[in-house]
Amino acid sequence: MNPESIIFENITKRFKESKALDNVSFSIKKGEFFSLLGPSGCGKTTLLRILAGFEKPESGRIILDGKDITDLPANKRPINTVFQNYALFPHLTIWENIAFGLRIANRPENEIKNEVERMLALIQMEEQAYKKPDNISGGQKQRVAIARALVNHPQILLLDEPLAALDLKLRQKMLLDLDRIHDEVGITFIFVTHDQGEAMAVSDRIAVLRKGKLEQIGTPVQVYETPNNTFVADFIGDTNFFEGVVEEIPQNDYTRLKVKDFSPILCFNDKKLKKGDAVHLSVRPEKIQLSRTPPKENPLHNAFPGVVKEVIYKGDHTHFGLNVLGRKILVTQHHSRSLADEAPIRWEDEVWIWWHADNGFMLERSQVLEASNE
Amino acid sequence: MEKKHEWFVTLPSFVWLLLFFLIPTCIIFIYALKSQDIYGGIEPGWSLEAISNLFDKDYTLLIFRTLMISAITTAVCILLALPVGYQMAIAPKRFRKLLILMLMLPFWTSFLIRIFAWKALLHPEGFFNNLLAFLHIISPNTTLLYHLGAVLLVTIYTYLPFAIFPIYAAASKFNFQLFEAAMDLGASRSQAFLKVFLPGISKGISTGAMMVFISTTGAYIIPDLVGGFDSEMIGTRIAQKVFVERNLPEASALSILLALVVFLPLLAITMFSSRPKKLELELRNKE
Repeated sequence: MNPESIIFENITKRFKESKALDNVSFSIKKGEFFSLLGPSGCGKTTLLRILAGFEKPESGRIILDGKDITDLPANKRPINTVFQNYALFPHLTIWENIAFGLRIANRPENEIKNEVERMLALIQMEEQAYKKPDNISGGQKQRVAIARALVNHPQILLLDEPLAALDLKLRQKMLLDLDRIHDEVGITFIFVTHDQGEAMAVSDRIAVLRKGKLEQIGTPVQVYETPNNTFVADFIGDTNFFEGVVEEIPQNDYTRLKVKDFSPILCFNDKKLKKGDAVHLSVRPEKIQLSRTPPKENPLHNAFPGVVKEVIYKGDHTHFGLNVLGRKILVTQHHSRSLADEAPIRWEDEVWIWWHADNGFMLERSQVLEASNE
Repeated sequence: MEKKHEWFVTLPSFVWLLLFFLIPTCIIFIYALKSQDIYGGIEPGWSLEAISNLFDKDYTLLIFRTLMISAITTAVCILLALPVGYQMAIAPKRFRKLLILMLMLPFWTSFLIRIFAWKALLHPEGFFNNLLAFLHIISPNTTLLYHLGAVLLVTIYTYLPFAIFPIYAAASKFNFQLFEAAMDLGASRSQAFLKVFLPGISKGISTGAMMVFISTTGAYIIPDLVGGFDSEMIGTRIAQKVFVERNLPEASALSILLALVVFLPLLAITMFSSRPKKLELELRNKE
C-alpha cells in the first residue's frame, strides 16, 4: 500500500580508516515514522547527513521517489532537517526563522505570512513570534526548529536526536507532539536517536545500527520480542542471557537447553535447532515471575531458587537483582495491585523465580562469540 | 553567552582605548583654550584664539580627504578581513595558531621601520616600480611613492590586523551548524554567508571597522613618509603644528576637530549596528 519513498543502496562511508557505514541497504516507506537507532558511533547520524546532503557516500546510491539524489546538494533536496541543537538563527526572530526557507525560495510576501502563521499555530507559539531564539525555552526552540523545517513542505523531515537536550518530562511531551505533527502533516519522518524508549514510542519501524552495519529492521514489537541477535536483544531493553547447548528436543516445539550450573531449561523452539547446537537464551526481566513460595509444578515452567541482592523501587514497578545459582538475574515486577497485607520482598530474602518456556527467546551462539570478542 | 565571549575578546582593546585616550583628550581640551607663548609653550589664563584661528583657515578639503582615506581603508580592510577571518575560524586548530602568529609577526618590528620598508619597496628604483615597469603596467618614469595610492596601500597594510582580529574572534564563536541549517532550508553557499554568517559576526565587523577607521583618521606618519601633496591628512597638519610651528593650542584645537570628525561617524556606526531590527527592515524595503 505504502510505496517505497527512499531507497538506500549499498551505502558505504569511511572517515579516515574507520568505516562509518558499511554497505547499508534498506528502504523507507512513504509517510512512515522511521527511526534509526543505535549507540553513538553506529553511523546513524552519518546516514542522516548523507540523506540531508551534508555528506557524500563513498559508494552506493540514494533513491528518492525513483530519482537518484546521491549527487544533489543539500539546498536542492526536498528534505529538511531538525538539528540536534536546533541551529536556530540567533539574529532572527522566531517569525523570521520560520520564514527563512520561504524567503530563500522568493515566495510572495502574503504567502509567507500565511504559511508562517499556520506553522506558528501548529506549534502553538503565536505569542512568541517576535522573540529571539535566545529568549525562549529549549522545548520551544525545538518546536520552532520543527516549524522552520515543515514550512517548506518537505517530502521528508529528518530529526537528529531532537530530544537529547530536553529534560525527561518535556521529552515525553515532545514525543507526543511529534506524533501529533506527524499525523497532521503526513510526510515521512526519519528520527535518529540512541534512546530505544523514544524510538519504540513513536516509530512505525526501527532500524538498529551498530558499527556502520544494519543489525535489524522491524516494528518496535518485532525488534523487542524477536531480536535478530544478542546485540539487538541487549540494546533494546534489558535482558538476561544464558549460554546453553541444545540437550534434547522433547517435543517439536520445545527445546531443552543445558546451561552451566542450572538444571535444564525448557525453551520455545522457533529456530529448528538440532541437538548439540550452541545457543544464547534471552529472558526479559519483566517476563520472570517472583515470589517467596515455590511455584506450582508446571512442565512448561522453568523455576529456580535465588537470593535478592538489589531492590530498586520505581513506583509503578520494582527492579530486582537476584543471585540465582551464582548468576545475576534481573527481574522486573509491575505493581498492578497494591498488596498492603503482603510483606514486600527485601534485600537478602530467599525467593523463587520462574518463567514460562514461551517467554525465553533463543539466539544462535556464533553471534554471541562475535559480540564477546569486542 | 556567545555574545558575551565576543565582547570579552574585544574588551582589552576598548579598555586600552578608553584609558590612554580619555586623559590625553582632557589635556588637549585644556590646551585648546590657552594661547601660545613665544617659546612654544602656553601662557597662563584662558583664550579662544586657537579656536577662532581654526575658522580662519579652510580645513574642509583636509577633513574630506582624511575621511575618504579612512573610509576606503576601512572598507578594504573589512573586505579583506572577512575571508581571512572566516578561513581562520574554519582552519584546523594547529594551522590556526600558525596563522595568528603570522598576523602578529609584523608587530615585532618597529612600525617606523615597516613604513621605511614600504618606502624602499615603492621607491622609483624599488621592487614594485621595477616589476610593474618590467611588466609594462606603468612607464618607468612613474613614481608610486608620494601619492594617495601609496598612502592607502600602507594604511591598509598597517591596520588590516585590527580588522582581522575582531572578525576572527567573532567568527571563531560562530556556530557553523547554522551554515548547514541555512543550506538545508534551500540557501546557496553565498546566501548562507550573507544571510547567516555576516549577521552572526556583525559585532566583530563593527568593532573591526571602528578600530581601523579611528586609527586611520589619526594617521600622520604614513602620509608624511609615503604621501605627497595630494594626500596630506589632518594628522600631518597637527604634527606640523606641534613639531614645526610649536603652536600647541592650535594643534590641540585641530585635534578636537579631528576628534569630532571621528566621533560623529562612530556614533552613526554604533547606532547602526545596535539596531539590527532597523537594518533588517531597511534591507527588506530594498528587496
